[in-house]
Amino acid sequence: MSDFTSNFWSVYVTAVTVIGIAACLFLLWFSGKAKAMTAHDNTTGHVWDGDLREMNNPLPRWWVGLFVITIIFSAIYLAFYPGLGASAGKLGWTSTGQFQAEIAKGEADIAPIYARFDAMSAEDIAKDPQAHAIGERLFMNNCSQCHGSDARGSKGFPNLTDADWLHGGSPEKIMETLNQGRVGQMPPMAAAVGSGDDVKNLANYVLSLSGSPHDSVRANLGKSKFAACAACHGSNGKGNPALGAPNLTDDIWLHGYGESAIINIVTNGKVNQMPAQAQKLSPAQIKVLSSYVWGFSNTGAVK
Amino acid sequence: MNAPASTAEKKIIPIVASPDKGPIAPPPGADEETIALYEAHQKIYPRSVSGYFSKWRWALVFLTQLVFYGLPWLEWGQRQAVLFDLGARRFYIFNLVLYPQDFVYLTGILVISALSLFLFTAVAGRLWCGYACPQTVYTEIFLWLEKLAEGDRSARMRRDAGPWNVDKVWRKTAKQLMWIAVGLWTGFTFVGYFTPIHSLAGAVMAMSMGPWETFWVLFYGFATYGNAGYMREQVCKYMCPYARFQSAMFDKDTLIVTYDELRGEPRGGRSKKADLSTLKLGACIDCSLCVQVCPTGIDIRKGLQYECIGCGACADVCDTVMDKMGYARGLVKYSTQNAVNQRWSGADILRHVLRPRVLVYSSVLLAVVLAMLVSLWMRAPFKVDVERDRSTLARIVSGGRLENVYRLQIMNARETPQTFEVSAEGLPGLTLSTDSSMEVGPTESRWIAIRVQLPYEGAAPGSHPIHFTVKSAPDAAVVTEKSVFIVPR
Repeated sequence: MSDFTSNFWSVYVTAVTVIGIAACLFLLWFSGKAKAMTAHDNTTGHVWDGDLREMNNPLPRWWVGLFVITIIFSAIYLAFYPGLGASAGKLGWTSTGQFQAEIAKGEADIAPIYARFDAMSAEDIAKDPQAHAIGERLFMNNCSQCHGSDARGSKGFPNLTDADWLHGGSPEKIMETLNQGRVGQMPPMAAAVGSGDDVKNLANYVLSLSGSPHDSVRANLGKSKFAACAACHGSNGKGNPALGAPNLTDDIWLHGYGESAIINIVTNGKVNQMPAQAQKLSPAQIKVLSSYVWGFSNTGAVK
Repeated sequence: MNAPASTAEKKIIPIVASPDKGPIAPPPGADEETIALYEAHQKIYPRSVSGYFSKWRWALVFLTQLVFYGLPWLEWGQRQAVLFDLGARRFYIFNLVLYPQDFVYLTGILVISALSLFLFTAVAGRLWCGYACPQTVYTEIFLWLEKLAEGDRSARMRRDAGPWNVDKVWRKTAKQLMWIAVGLWTGFTFVGYFTPIHSLAGAVMAMSMGPWETFWVLFYGFATYGNAGYMREQVCKYMCPYARFQSAMFDKDTLIVTYDELRGEPRGGRSKKADLSTLKLGACIDCSLCVQVCPTGIDIRKGLQYECIGCGACADVCDTVMDKMGYARGLVKYSTQNAVNQRWSGADILRHVLRPRVLVYSSVLLAVVLAMLVSLWMRAPFKVDVERDRSTLARIVSGGRLENVYRLQIMNARETPQTFEVSAEGLPGLTLSTDSSMEVGPTESRWIAIRVQLPYEGAAPGSHPIHFTVKSAPDAAVVTEKSVFIVPR
């Protein structure tokens, strides 16, 4: 009620509530006083359709008592809880307050569960069945949207179950990735490489690094152009986890497989982002989740 | 509505069972009085009764309460035989494990209960009310305890009217203690269906019940105490909706507790030796015992009334009076409106049992019962849900194969681990790239990620219906679930 500039609505709500309760009280009082005409055979004398007569079936008084109890309840309720316009009620209850209390209660409830993992190593957590169950739920709610519910990713979203890690696959590195997020930057390199034909030759060279099907003549021609890529991917194309530069010598193609996909990414570049989770998840949750993810490629517990 | 009909063609619809009395004509205005719209509670002191119908009622009290109080103590293997585990969302009924998805069976039970009620009511009136309804059963138990402590009707009335003295105090206290004990035991038993009763008993001993358990034991106990001890006929008369629609199920061939007016009237007191023919009196000696035993406080001699719960107490007590007088039994008896009006014999009544409405109720009831049994019999001991992966539509994996990801939820409805064999069909060359065999623990529900592959260009771009077949290894039960396989452009 504090959102309004005048107290009109407050007064309005108070009036509707109070008049409503007063009307109930009046109805009770009035019908308690009222008498009905009744014939001795316990009919009211009302006749419909010539022969249908209304019997007098008085309400038991205890039922009226229940009505009175509801009115008393409403008075007590309005004294303790907000309801009468701007009045906050004696208990000072608010929905925001209740929400925060429930959050605090929920956190207090789960704290002892996570406390158990505090002293455990990532390796041990990855093997723990309870941590696995928690990790699975965290993953399904926070990671599976991009990496897939089987953690195997798809185009543009890395597969987390293999041994290939863009930024390092140790539990600490995974935790760092989760906390801070990652930005993978592949700048457009076409200008540095040369003509369109040069780019095509380079793409064939890149394909040759992993032994994928390629045109060996073009690959040979493109080899010299790889110098432009070596700054990040290394002279042998093995990548650099410090920069998040992918290894080009394995058969894993994050942004698509084949000549045209490589030409596309060399020409246009790509900025890929893993959002930071530190604001969303607690440190304890990050720890369990990173151990869970680490477990995919290290404990054989791949789903 | 108010169109005045000419008095000559006024059709009379009797609201009472008596044949010749007809509806009471509205008396002239001089006879009118004013009364309040509210009615003060008149306490009813039902006199205890013994006889044929009373024996039946006690048999049903014992039967229903033996089941209610006894069932939670029954063990079945490692657990309670009947346990509704709301926390884990599993209902255990002997060897049956029900999931929330099985709620259709509850619907089935409710439909069967409703149809049974219709059928029994159409044939023999308010059998449920008079013999098996918890309100009747607990009232019967509480009345018996009341009689134990305070004596029968007349003693109770005398004591209630008299002053408070030591005798009255200790008798009332004893009654209250017994009532409270039965109420609490009933509340405890009720909660025992939802919390394992052995551990609940331990928690009661150690005074360590949880807040919800404490609340429900006390609440259900209080409801039993209040309803059976104090509310009694008020529940039937004012709260229960059944009294209001029973007339929709009654017809003139429905068995009702009825007073044989032709034989009983004119009523009047007489000596046992008096000759009926000279007195010009009917068989009713106007002893008013039928009114005294009535748990809802009505006079059955006024005909069928909605308050009558069909318990037959008046029939029992009238039979004992008839025996004492040396008259034939059955002045108040179970009979039908047609039988009373047309002086039918028992065989005539039986001949009219199989009426269309009874046949319809019976056949629908039979069909629903059969459908329930067959579906329970054929129920697979597990359930499967298939969800496509939330984000990955399709991916190309090494070897150039197309891959779709699904999450299978397998719910084991057995109390032993089950091994399941999963396969996917619907497109040529469809294969599972994950392990096709999986184990799910007892009564466990497990999500399993399944990857399905198709050769590249194995199907046209777009979505294709496929289905998963999940087979349980021990008994070859099969569940098939639909999904789609997406081939990207």
